[in-house]
Amino acid sequence: MAKQTIKVKINGREREAAVEPRLLLVHFIREVLSLTGTHIGCDTSNCGACTVIVNGKTVKSCTMFAVQADGAEIMTVEGLIKDGTLHPLQEGFKQEHGLQCGFCTPGMLMSSYALLQRNANPSEDDIRWGISGNLCRCTGYQNIVKAVQDAAKRMNEKAVAQGGSK
Amino acid sequence: MIPPAFEYLRPQTVPEAVAMLQKHGDEAKILSGGQSLIPMMKLRLARPAYLIDINRIRGLSYIKEDGGFLKIGGLTREAELESSQLVQSKYPLLLDTAHVIADPQVRNLATVGGNLAHGDPANDHPATMTAFGAQVVATGAKGERVIPIEEFFVTLFTTALQHDEILTEIRIPVPPSRSGGAYFKLERKVGDFATAAAAVQLTLDGAGAIQKVGIALTNVGPTPIKAKKGEDFLKSKKPDAAAIEQAAKLAVEGIEPGSDLRGPAEYKKGLAKELTRRAIVRAVERAGK
Repeated sequence: MAKQTIKVKINGREREAAVEPRLLLVHFIREVLSLTGTHIGCDTSNCGACTVIVNGKTVKSCTMFAVQADGAEIMTVEGLIKDGTLHPLQEGFKQEHGLQCGFCTPGMLMSSYALLQRNANPSEDDIRWGISGNLCRCTGYQNIVKAVQDAAKRMNEKAVAQGGSK
Repeated sequence: MIPPAFEYLRPQTVPEAVAMLQKHGDEAKILSGGQSLIPMMKLRLARPAYLIDINRIRGLSYIKEDGGFLKIGGLTREAELESSQLVQSKYPLLLDTAHVIADPQVRNLATVGGNLAHGDPANDHPATMTAFGAQVVATGAKGERVIPIEEFFVTLFTTALQHDEILTEIRIPVPPSRSGGAYFKLERKVGDFATAAAAVQLTLDGAGAIQKVGIALTNVGPTPIKAKKGEDFLKSKKPDAAAIEQAAKLAVEGIEPGSDLRGPAEYKKGLAKELTRRAIVRAVERAGK
């Protein structure tokens, strides 16, 4: 099949490539763009390790074709860090031991990021609901929830310090 | 897993998409949310030679009341149902259903139209729309055709849609006052298909008796099951515990769920009965508010 040229803006950077229509978004991100932070876990739309944000919404990048993302803005786990400073979510996961083997972490971070964008003060239930599409095979959910709570606190403190409203 | 190769087409309008379907016939599939189709392609259970991506067609995503119906555009995402004020305030059955479909990431892409057009009795909207007595609008070369939901599901993965038709709208009759609904689903974990589920939509009359009721079941047969006996029994009755128990019993009479990893047939039958009972109780509570 003929390749099609697609353009995306990924983590703020414009990228363009010719791809086969059957290329999955996750393979495009990892193998064509060499952004290997996004993981392939189950490859059957269950585990959420491949979660990325496309036009502001979390999606499982193993269940979307790269051609569908033509023209889209994409954010992957590599987009969290700003000028060498970890995102409060990354700090939270580090502080609260929100990871054991770390394989699910990129997906957990993206789902948590999307959750905190919508809801700056999530309850424990909100967090569990927000990450319900992500599996942690180490079953480290308790600390993942604590990590997201910690991140929410950091982000709110930062917003107050900057004089911004929540 | 790598899906088989296909040619990717991206129409900008419904007539353009219909023309593509006419040209490529059975070799083409519509790509809507893709959350069932892409996994099937990765497992090579589906091998379309052409994928017609309708996601860029404008005007197919909406939730609005118009002419006595709640009209839902075929491309409306499940997440949009969940966040709709209209759905939250007046359509609890629809809200319950959208809330338990797959998981948050899947709901961001999955569409209501796709959930129906896929014709999978394990999907949740088929039973819900059956309980609502909804209509499906199919758009083809000759224009629009309205299909009552009871005629839409033919058998496993087969619907009344012709190969050159696209499901463009779903119409739910606007419920009168003193209406309520509920969807009860048992799933082994988030993201799993229902072991069984029950959808109920009903309206009470001034005296508190059941004026109108729709009951339908998920994943206990080759299509969603309309529980006609249960519905007929409840009509004009006061929904007390005994009447609800009997209606739930009648609702599962004659159903033949398959035994599988989610449980043996007898268990599923008992489960479907209990879920129906709970859904009726909740629907009555909500109608009374």
